[in-house]
Amino acid sequence: MRTSMKILSLFGLATAALFAADPVLAQDAKPKLDSGDTAWMLTSTVIVLMMTIPGVALFYAGMVRKKNVLATLMQSFAITCLVTIIWMVAGYSLAFSNGGNAYVGNLDLAFLNHVTVGAINGTIPDTVFIIFQATFAIITAALITGAVAERMKFSALLWFIGIWSLVVYSPITFWVWGGGFLGSDGVLDFAGGTVVHINSGIAALVAAIMLGKRKGFGVENLAPHNVGLTMIGGSLLWVGWFGFNAGSAVSAGGGAGMAMAVTQIAAAAAGLAWMIVEWMHHKKPTLLGVVSGAVAGLVAITPASGFVGPMGALFIGLIAGVICYWGAAFLKPKLGYDDSLDVFAVHGLGGITGAILTGVFAVEAIGGTAGALEGNIGQIGTQIYGIIATIVWSGVASAVILFVIDKVIGLRVDADAEAEGLDLNQHGEMLH
Amino acid sequence: MKLVMAIIKPAKLEAVREALVDAGITGLTSSEVSGFGRQKGHTEIYRGAEYAISFVPKTKVEVAVPDAQVDTAIEAIKTAANSGNIGDGKIFVLELGTAVRIRTGESGEEAL
Repeated sequence: MRTSMKILSLFGLATAALFAADPVLAQDAKPKLDSGDTAWMLTSTVIVLMMTIPGVALFYAGMVRKKNVLATLMQSFAITCLVTIIWMVAGYSLAFSNGGNAYVGNLDLAFLNHVTVGAINGTIPDTVFIIFQATFAIITAALITGAVAERMKFSALLWFIGIWSLVVYSPITFWVWGGGFLGSDGVLDFAGGTVVHINSGIAALVAAIMLGKRKGFGVENLAPHNVGLTMIGGSLLWVGWFGFNAGSAVSAGGGAGMAMAVTQIAAAAAGLAWMIVEWMHHKKPTLLGVVSGAVAGLVAITPASGFVGPMGALFIGLIAGVICYWGAAFLKPKLGYDDSLDVFAVHGLGGITGAILTGVFAVEAIGGTAGALEGNIGQIGTQIYGIIATIVWSGVASAVILFVIDKVIGLRVDADAEAEGLDLNQHGEMLH
Repeated sequence: MKLVMAIIKPAKLEAVREALVDAGITGLTSSEVSGFGRQKGHTEIYRGAEYAISFVPKTKVEVAVPDAQVDTAIEAIKTAANSGNIGDGKIFVLELGTAVRIRTGESGEEAL
């Protein structure tokens, strides 16, 4: 018995030695597909798509008046279709091909002609990476619609989003994740704080200002028609955000796990922070407030989700909840722009807060880069540099695109159409 | 005959119905309405933006009664719909020309 066990364990050791030799060999060989990673990334892709349809669609549709509900849902859905095709035609190529410069890719991967069944990107199929990234391009564009709600002409919106995806979204993605200058200069953006949230938040602010206020803004009752829908949409966003952040690890391992943990903590902390501040300020804790706060926390943890630990996430969430509430309840009325559904307050300010705090709370043992709390104070400056680059390009390019579209076809529906509602006027449909 | 019309809090409809039935009233019509009185609506707050809601949801109850039952009906509604707070509503009494029961063709107080 003893002898046989010894023999067995010897055999085991020998086998272990053989397998241990394998990784050394594998380093020389081509990267291999990992089925665990692939399964997680297929899942992540699907739930990030769910963030836009129906997540963002419902989140926004609950906040508009009844006459604009279908138009608001329609915007997210049509953008999902439009951006997917633009991504396939040229968007992916401009964002992820090697253009030989630091600013934008080339058209080598246009129409995804290069894709094969066996092509691998890291440890997952190239196809999965491409569609995972497509869902990010989609949600970034869809987020902007909150700023122009209840008054933008549908045709003008499609023109804007189509051009914006290619001229603004793809290059900024290239800067950070595609081999461009922000990534190589050390800007930390794990899942899209700059690429997705600051980018869409700034474009939204510019669009809200250029479009002008809704008729009756500050005078008439523009209250949300169904905050319940907003809660459902916000919850779908929260669930989908695990694909967004933990999926950005592009593997099913410890990095994804830590991203999941900090995402949950930051969302919860920001939801509570917004709720409590509003409770103190207006004497009542609102459903819209706690949901908005959670989304603000999800936004703020996005750039940090691969770099910070639970304590960092707690502080990022708490700070973002307070700052984003301030943006919606104080900054907007003070400056007087009609960012109808607070895209700038939640995504712009939330993204900026998260990007800066990533530089504060980054832990070297988690993401490989130390933040200010670990002595690397310069990382905050690097983060601000990334923020400014994004704000400048998103702001300027969005303004130019909107200006041209306004001159050619007009951005806004006319006053009668706005009074009638976009559902009937733009789409010939009514909610009920 | 009189038409007793009461604007009440929606939550008081069931209590008013019971009180009228106990008082011997055999039928009523209710509808969802909105409006304002001295209460002047309420305020809703969304992300710090305050909206004055001028039209408050109310329920309108209409009862057609013979002259002899008017005071009983008013008393029943007044008692059942009273919460002591602002916004409890009002009762209006109108002259009623005639009433017709469609199935039988009866008219006047017989039709009530």
